[in-house]
Amino acid sequence: MQSKPAAPVVQVRALVKRYGPKTAVNGLDLVARAGITAVLGPNGAGKTTTVETCEGYRRPDAGTVRVLGLDPVREAAALRPRIGVMLQSGGVYSGARAEEMLRHVAKLHAHPLDVDALIERLGLGSCGRTSYRRLSGGQQQRLALAMAVVGRPELVFLDEPTAGLDPQARRATWDLVRDLREDGVSVILTTHHMDEAEQLADDVAIVDGGTVIAQGSPEQLCRGGAENTLRFSGRPGLDVASLLKALPSGSTAAETVPGSYRITGDVGPQLLATVTSWCAQHGVMPDRIAVERHTLEDVFLELTGKELRA
Amino acid sequence: MTATGTYSPRPGAAPLGRMIAAQAALETRMLLRNGEQLLLTVVIPTLLLVLFSSVDIVDTGEGRAVDFLAPGVLALAVMSTAFTGQAIATGFERRYGVLKRLAASPLPRWGLMTAKTLSVLVTEVLQIALLTAIALALGWSPRGNPLVVLLLLLLGTAAFSGLGLLMAGTLKAEATLAAANLVFLLLLVGGGVVVPLDKFPEAAQSVLGLLPISALSGGLRDVLQHGAGVPWGDLGILAAWAAAGLAAAGRFFRWE
Repeated sequence: MQSKPAAPVVQVRALVKRYGPKTAVNGLDLVARAGITAVLGPNGAGKTTTVETCEGYRRPDAGTVRVLGLDPVREAAALRPRIGVMLQSGGVYSGARAEEMLRHVAKLHAHPLDVDALIERLGLGSCGRTSYRRLSGGQQQRLALAMAVVGRPELVFLDEPTAGLDPQARRATWDLVRDLREDGVSVILTTHHMDEAEQLADDVAIVDGGTVIAQGSPEQLCRGGAENTLRFSGRPGLDVASLLKALPSGSTAAETVPGSYRITGDVGPQLLATVTSWCAQHGVMPDRIAVERHTLEDVFLELTGKELRA
Repeated sequence: MTATGTYSPRPGAAPLGRMIAAQAALETRMLLRNGEQLLLTVVIPTLLLVLFSSVDIVDTGEGRAVDFLAPGVLALAVMSTAFTGQAIATGFERRYGVLKRLAASPLPRWGLMTAKTLSVLVTEVLQIALLTAIALALGWSPRGNPLVVLLLLLLGTAAFSGLGLLMAGTLKAEATLAAANLVFLLLLVGGGVVVPLDKFPEAAQSVLGLLPISALSGGLRDVLQHGAGVPWGDLGILAAWAAAGLAAAGRFFRWE
């Protein structure tokens, strides 16, 4: 693993961005450090506006934005070679072939990746002489991803990198994103898929209504607030009161149906050890032991009172 | 500790000259691959030259028809590439986020515009070579100073580029497509390309004469057909259009 540099890769303070009468981003604060940061939220939450401000496309109406320590608008020339950008859609000449466009973007950089290897890696070799407008949506997405990383950037912005991808292509994208982090590239990605944020991100910023309403690692976010549940099966009629005494205060324990037990509370490794050792003392074989952790989906529902619409 | 994996960062822009050359080469390839563009830039000028030189449809005045037509068709070639072709291509690049994506690349915006201009010039060289060869085969005998011809072609390119980019950068792609083709057709008919301006009513002539296409076709004809010196009036009209068009494009062009 890389030693983490002290300075954040992205620092957004009190960002405001309006489009006419509509306020897209409303006093948003975001600090992203090395690694993978997911900006998670429903459509219209202000994710794309925030990312596009970091990319230098939009001028903030208020607040400051620093990317790799630079102002994305005033110091664009210094910043551009150091970042990779994947737009939500488009970005390629409709008559260009995938390989041709990727080679072109590579030529704009001083030390690009091996284009053949990248094409192979992302399964774009089959696109052959097909022009961009005739590629499938998934192929277009993978080409846009390849264009974002080919210049060997320090920081990559991916705007909904897996939208519309089939599960296999999605996994291939996730694998590449993880490899980027492994090699020391920082990634900022927007998504409205909870599982994507949970699977990939070191840090998640939940955005709603133009502000960050919670930020932390997926574990921190899932632990905070909501309780988790542990279930196991055993012989019916166990002494639940005795079990409860062994658990930390604030926990609950109940036999929901004969032979099925449910424990709620701060379900972590310590609690799991307590339950299994209690079972051992009482000669109980806990069958089908399962921890039901809260997902980011639950967290989002709790924070906003609404479902994350896909 | 430094990571040494495949993707470990090693950022940097390519040398500016290499970026602009690569961009110009790509833009030229896109243009030459596009069938509709080739129709405008190659097929129509060639057909007009061959057809009107061999069949006596329009009264082209004294002398051989090809001597009248070749300068007009060269002007048309410049307009088709610098104005119509560039407007349509740039309009769709804007619509499909190509300009937006390239704006995030190490290539600066002025570098992109330079590459577009180079691509237009390369295309024009190919067009002019082809049309000149055909015209010579049809018996064309050009006169005048080649440097003045070059100056007219360059100023014409600047004038039409400014207007084409202004259209592409302000209108929707579909509107640009329709308007650029319509303007092409109107200027083809009313700009002294194949129909002499003196066929129009006198009141119309004075207005049509101020169009960039009329200035370019008229200026080229003065030099190439009549062996005139420097057509200052036409150069002045083209320079004014170039200054106004490029200034307006620089002011109003929207990248997204």
